[in-house]
Amino acid sequence: MALTWNPLEARRIGGIVSRSMAAIFGGYAVAALASIALARLGGRVEGALAGMMAGYAIHTAAVIWVFAVRTALRAWIGLAAAAGSFAAMFFLLGHAA
Amino acid sequence: MKNGFRQSMAWLHTWSGLVVGWVLFAVFLTGSVSYFRPEISLWMRPELHDAAAGTRAAEMIIAGMQRRAPDAPSWIILMPSARNPVADVFWREEGPNASRRGFQQVQLDPRTGEGLAARATAGGDFFYAFHFQLFGLPIPLARWIVSVCAMFMLVAIVSGIVTHRRIFADFFTFRPRKGQRSWLDGHAALATLALPYHLMITYTGLITLIALTMPWPILTNFQGDRTAYIAAVFGINERAPRSGRTAPLTPVGPLVAEATARWGGGTIGRILVTNPGDAAATITFQQQDGDRLSVSRRTITFNGVTGAVIATREPEGPADATRGVMYGLHVGRFGGGVMRALFFVSALMGSAMVATGAILWAVKRRQKAGGGAGARLVEILNVGTIAGLPAAMAVYLLANRLLPPGMAGRAAWEVYCFFIAWLLMLLHPLLRSHRRAWQEQLWAGALLLLAVPVVNALTTHSHLGMTLPAGRWDIAGVDLACLGFAVLLGCSAWMVRHPATATPRRRTAQAVAAE
Repeated sequence: MALTWNPLEARRIGGIVSRSMAAIFGGYAVAALASIALARLGGRVEGALAGMMAGYAIHTAAVIWVFAVRTALRAWIGLAAAAGSFAAMFFLLGHAA
Repeated sequence: MKNGFRQSMAWLHTWSGLVVGWVLFAVFLTGSVSYFRPEISLWMRPELHDAAAGTRAAEMIIAGMQRRAPDAPSWIILMPSARNPVADVFWREEGPNASRRGFQQVQLDPRTGEGLAARATAGGDFFYAFHFQLFGLPIPLARWIVSVCAMFMLVAIVSGIVTHRRIFADFFTFRPRKGQRSWLDGHAALATLALPYHLMITYTGLITLIALTMPWPILTNFQGDRTAYIAAVFGINERAPRSGRTAPLTPVGPLVAEATARWGGGTIGRILVTNPGDAAATITFQQQDGDRLSVSRRTITFNGVTGAVIATREPEGPADATRGVMYGLHVGRFGGGVMRALFFVSALMGSAMVATGAILWAVKRRQKAGGGAGARLVEILNVGTIAGLPAAMAVYLLANRLLPPGMAGRAAWEVYCFFIAWLLMLLHPLLRSHRRAWQEQLWAGALLLLAVPVVNALTTHSHLGMTLPAGRWDIAGVDLACLGFAVLLGCSAWMVRHPATATPRRRTAQAVAAE
């Protein structure tokens, strides 16, 4: 492959890299926040196990979301919204308990 | 947008599958044979083939350990079961004899508590440990790597389902000997036929490592106290420090009766003794899990001197039961031999699904772009992993029979033989054309697998001529499986030799899966 600067190609690769980062790290962050938010819903053992086990289902859903939406930016916005919701749930349930 | 969605999922499926495909194949294949871990371990210790379980096993084994390692900080005893006639005991010993992670391991005769002189080998435990922690890497790192690969697998499965809209039709579609199309059909058939299994095994596999990879609820619900988490979920309490006052261990017979009564007849799978011979001794029993689907932990801990019950762990609520069922489904110890055989076949289909996916990528790339360095690398890794790994696994079994029994570092050398063989298989395709590399490695794998029962017959008395008439299917099964895989690899080699020149035939996907 010739190494010439092609703005369209660079944009495409940039989008893939951005989405991959969002899927792997952003998705994991959402899953981790979801796990501690869900862990508030049950008792010490039950809540912890439920949160941990649900984590990967949420991560998988996040990955699918990231690659399904039209632009990488939307993917990040969606993840941020999900992360914010789970963080809010975590703090609200923490104060209620 | 609908079409765009499917296209992005196809892209995601291809790449998430490819980048981890070879690790996944190795994890899947070594995991598949791990359903028969006790049988492989027994096969690899022919000296134990006549061992039998006794009646007062717990008492005999504890007495044996008091003679053997009275000063060890703790003993871990895996009790004999229907699938393993001997007790495997582990204890930590400081000093130059200490093996990996400082653990000593021997097999004890449950009838006498005496050591059984079996050849040194890791047995089926090697494949089992490799399938979730690879080899030679720091254990947390290796488990993270396998978890990340499993996560990619989960994404590949979900995006694959989205990509293939004809799930039901894929059951019955196979167009053989048409190059790329056949690989695609085969891949889709293998994936859809055992789809629930693939999803289950991947998700439950992730669940087995959540304490490492998704530990955040331990921070919030247990204030980061891992010991408290382990005590609450697994019923294993941290070892108390030694008191320094000697005190005899209480007789274990009454404790066994107490545990059995409390569990409504459940048997003991594992015994953990801490500080034996000290006033701070404890004895913990863990219930055997081969008789039920959920392995939600049930343990009971006694004071090791007075025999009083200190702590018990009983199944908790729905989340704990879910974890137990997920773990139980993953390890597949419930339900007996037929169930395990079905899981084994599904797991082999999973391995083949990963393999056909990786091959499909290479075939497509070669047709579209004529190859290049990327395609060549994928082809080399495909041959060296898909054909090379089964051959290396056969070498591991052969090394078990051929290395001298008294050799120093024998158990480690069996494992080194496996890796040397695999490394050669990864290097060999560099020197050969792609088709030749496939052909030669498949033949090599077939011959090595064929050699396993032959070498077994020449070196032991536990060969097919003895085990089949005696109905010892647990031991004969390993030889028969090697023969079966030898035929499978031989047929594959033969098909590579005679490429797509034959007349097109229609075959159902089931016929392929049955091979």
